Amino acid sequence: MSGLATPIIMGFLLGGLYALIALGLSLVFGVMKLINLAHGDLVLLSTYTAYVVMTKLGLDPLLSLVFSIPLLFVIGFVLQRYVLKRASLISMEAPLIITFGLSLVLQNLFQIIWSPMSRGLQASYATSSFGLFGASVPLVYLFDFVIALVVMLFLHLFLQHTYLGKAINAASQDRRAAQLMGIDTNHVYALAFAIALTTAAVAGVFLGLTFPFTPQSGVSFLIIAFGVIIIGGLGSMLGTFIGGIILGLAQTLGGHFFGAAAQMLVVYGIVLFVLAIRPKGIFGR
Amino acid sequence: MAQETLLEVREVDVFYGGIQALWDVGLQVREGEIVALIGANGSGKSTLLDAISGLIRPAKGKIYFQGEDITDLDPFKIVSLGVSQVPEGRRIFPELSVLDNLMLGSYNRSARPKKGQNLEMVYELFPVLKERRKQTAKTLSGGQQQMLALGRGLMSSPKLMLIDEMSLGLAPIVINEVYKALREMRQKGITILFVEQSVRRSLDEADRAYIMEAGRIVLQGNSQDLCEEEEVKKAYFGICD
Repeated sequence: MSGLATPIIMGFLLGGLYALIALGLSLVFGVMKLINLAHGDLVLLSTYTAYVVMTKLGLDPLLSLVFSIPLLFVIGFVLQRYVLKRASLISMEAPLIITFGLSLVLQNLFQIIWSPMSRGLQASYATSSFGLFGASVPLVYLFDFVIALVVMLFLHLFLQHTYLGKAINAASQDRRAAQLMGIDTNHVYALAFAIALTTAAVAGVFLGLTFPFTPQSGVSFLIIAFGVIIIGGLGSMLGTFIGGIILGLAQTLGGHFFGAAAQMLVVYGIVLFVLAIRPKGIFGR
Repeated sequence: MAQETLLEVREVDVFYGGIQALWDVGLQVREGEIVALIGANGSGKSTLLDAISGLIRPAKGKIYFQGEDITDLDPFKIVSLGVSQVPEGRRIFPELSVLDNLMLGSYNRSARPKKGQNLEMVYELFPVLKERRKQTAKTLSGGQQQMLALGRGLMSSPKLMLIDEMSLGLAPIVINEVYKALREMRQKGITILFVEQSVRRSLDEADRAYIMEAGRIVLQGNSQDLCEEEEVKKAYFGICD
């Protein structure tokens, strides 16, 4: 039994990180109906920012959020307001292709600046472990989970209870009607994108504390984020959370039973299974 | 009382894709009036309202509100000047509560300070919205949804309300209720331009009317005069006794 406790607890906690990575992707899709193919790479931009803060300034990687949150907020706002918005006038696909291009640019930029080598963020708390039900779990997994809960709670409260949050909600339900209410939908969309990338900034630092990363890591985390959304269903914060946990468990339990080489296969298998039996996701509307 | 022109649409052409939807449309609404825009499906009524609201840009022509050229303004700016549209099909936010729907009506900066006052006015006009304020909007009946859409439109402190398909799909008793609300809005100093398919009812309720056909205004005038107009009689047989 104690043999299973470790993968179950780790998978569960890891799910928090996966949900956090998927959160921004889900928000952007939910509000703007846009798939941001650069989402994983933008998450990674925050990871590399933390890497620079750690190596060049000698500070705790978490402090990098002071830079990366505003940085990604501005990138999100400008990208949506001045690039994707204009591209959307050309065709439905144009913004999607632009995000794909941005993904390639970022990957290569990471490679040029930081080389293809695998890197990691180090902090004292990132290497220590704690015991639970006879399992030994890295402390950072617990941080991942708690921070994911906090970010989701904040986002939920923001969307449900602030004027701007409600406007984002309204614009995602019916853009035309929102315009007729006097909501500047272009501005609201840009802010929604900016907020989504703020969650990506937080995800990036915790990702770097949890896993080693390379310039290509963004793509694998984009795929995980897709999986989370497919399982949980779009437009549901709870769904994203549960989706993350299912994926986390699939990965650790898959690794436990079939070996590390097969763990992602189990993850993709579950994603395919959900797509086949319930395409809108478990909590999808 | 000299009535000032509140809205003026001048020689407007609108294209949808490659197809011309409005041809040289002109229309005026004076302060305090109730004006009806009548026509069959696809005659361009909604397109005209959308052009006024800034949702589509005319290819030619100008639109003035209180003398200001609003032809190329963004929709949210037009709302903040005091033009509110209640769109066809209500378009309420289904997943939000009744109260949140109403509050979003006051999103523009000029209306925000007045939202408490406006909410009271809306509750007075439609008491059922107060009773159901905590309900999700999609759980309302069709008539209540139309009241919510009207109420939401009023939350932006409009000087001019554009109401599309005023009574489409509503039960007769509800229709009477929304028209009663229309008259009460006018009492409160709000000018109204509404779209309606039922000629009889529109001419009863409006001071003046415009009749549209295939993207053109084909007739206009006082409601009473229009009733007696030979062409209207012919086109809409036996509407005014």
